Amino acid sequence: MNKRIRSFSATLSSVFLTLLGLTIVTFMIGRVMPVDPVIAAVGDNASESVIAQARIEMGLDQPLIVQFFRYLWQLLHGDLGMSILTRNPVSTDIARFFPATLELATAALLLSAAIGIPLGVWAAVRQGKFVDQAIRVVCLAGHSVPVFMLSLISLLIFYATLGLAPGPGRQDVIFDGMIDPVTGLLTIDTLIAGDWDAFRDAVAHMAQPVCILAYFSMAYITRMTRAFMVDALKGEFVITARAKGLSASTVIWSHAFPTGAVQLVTVLALTYAGLLEGAVVTETVFSWPGLGQYLTVSLMNADMNPVVGATLLIGLIYVGLNLIADLLYRVLDPRVR
Amino acid sequence: MLVDIQNLRIAFESRSSRFEAVRGISLSLGAEKLGIVGESGSGKSLTARALMKLLPSNAAITADRLSFDGIDVLSASEKQMRQIRGKRAGFILQDPKYSLNPVMNIGRQVSEAWRTHKGGSKKQALEAAIHLLDQVKIRNPREVAASYPHEVSGGMGQRVMIAMMLAPDPELLIADEPTSALDATVQAEILRLIEELVSERNMGLILISHDLPLVSHFCDRVAVMYSGRVMEELKASELLNARHPYTKGLLNCMPSLTHPRDRLPVLNRDASWLTA
Repeated sequence: MNKRIRSFSATLSSVFLTLLGLTIVTFMIGRVMPVDPVIAAVGDNASESVIAQARIEMGLDQPLIVQFFRYLWQLLHGDLGMSILTRNPVSTDIARFFPATLELATAALLLSAAIGIPLGVWAAVRQGKFVDQAIRVVCLAGHSVPVFMLSLISLLIFYATLGLAPGPGRQDVIFDGMIDPVTGLLTIDTLIAGDWDAFRDAVAHMAQPVCILAYFSMAYITRMTRAFMVDALKGEFVITARAKGLSASTVIWSHAFPTGAVQLVTVLALTYAGLLEGAVVTETVFSWPGLGQYLTVSLMNADMNPVVGATLLIGLIYVGLNLIADLLYRVLDPRVR
Repeated sequence: MLVDIQNLRIAFESRSSRFEAVRGISLSLGAEKLGIVGESGSGKSLTARALMKLLPSNAAITADRLSFDGIDVLSASEKQMRQIRGKRAGFILQDPKYSLNPVMNIGRQVSEAWRTHKGGSKKQALEAAIHLLDQVKIRNPREVAASYPHEVSGGMGQRVMIAMMLAPDPELLIADEPTSALDATVQAEILRLIEELVSERNMGLILISHDLPLVSHFCDRVAVMYSGRVMEELKASELLNARHPYTKGLLNCMPSLTHPRDRLPVLNRDASWLTA
């Protein structure tokens, strides 16, 4: 027990150090950019005295270390500064854009894991057979076809030609502003409001980007699952399990799979983090108002506060998901407890 | 006859080559203890695995007869084999470090073997598992049942393996080098335990090993294998009177504490053994 507490506190302190590093890096990004935040704030045409005045007001005349602690202090109060482009506090913007990405990423992860894991297991069990080769080809295509191409083809077929899917965006114009943003996740908000039409509309809008994102994640998850399972199936304990007279499905799912599942946790965590980062290309093609788009548009306009804020959030996601994966490891594998 | 093997051949095929690892073995076994000895690669393990149909899929098995208690193993379906595996024939592997599932606790692994063939609730199965662990002389069966394979010693792991394989009361136990991964002092303990349990339950035993004196001590009969064939089969008590030059050679190159020699002889292999 004591050992467990000690290893847990070791994990926590490493998380703390990572977070500290993350704040230093994001702080530095804001300082080394060739964009003067003062001029960005007051405009190009401001007079010398206004600029000097603003510089003092923004605390940019202070030494770097002082600025860093000010930055930390603001962070701890949830203050990420203002966005010049949207004229909103960055935290408000992120609270508006992030749920769109969260919704997309979560749906894509669930879909890709639900398909990718069984597919990977199947490929491993039928290693070298036709099924394995077929799955390999499907995954290879997932890795190698560019996202924007797949997205555009999908829009062309299902939206423009067949009219089966709705166009880009998160919802139809008629539902705009009709749903109270409680969680920011449209599928859940529409359910809370009890508006079935709006729910169907939200799901329909998600279908295409989710499927395309899921396809790419699935390709990765399938290949990794296959690799872990091929390894696990070689284990002597699989022979033992078969010698016990267990059915093939029991041998595969309750003996071979759990030993590989441990490694799968990391794969899923990293996939989820990658998806949450905001798939810029997919979000752009589908006009999805998510984090990736927010970050890119801000960057293009040299609007540094949102860039730093979004980077910080993405960093936090990675740290958080790694922490969860780490804790899950302990639950799933008795050898690392 | 519990096990009847006539002219068993096992070959591994790839696209370009074919290698025959077992070349026409015939063995039979009742409720007795048969030892199979031979050097690495002589086909001992493959023969045992063929009987349980646990060979990799690229192995081609042919035989005039390969039967377990009258059931033709070669033509048996996977479903029929599952009625033999575990239930009627147990199989103990070499190293418990690898042959036990690392992420499942010992109680669950043993109770699973019991429950698969005897049914009953999980709780009953766990009680049965603890009783079995007690039978293989584990002093604190409850504690061991709650622990994981990496938390117990090799000898303890092999006891767990034995308990697991004896759970459904099989008629035959195949032990594939059950003690090679263990310390010398533990080896004798484990073999004595296997011997005791097998005699108590009047089971058949196939003990695979490369340790000639050990096998002759614990078995009724010994089959000596070399390069996929049985060179000689004889009563364990008559091992010292072996006629085949290979068996004699094997016995001759064993170091002895009571009659030390400066230099051990080298085993001469004769190509004619393979064609005979």
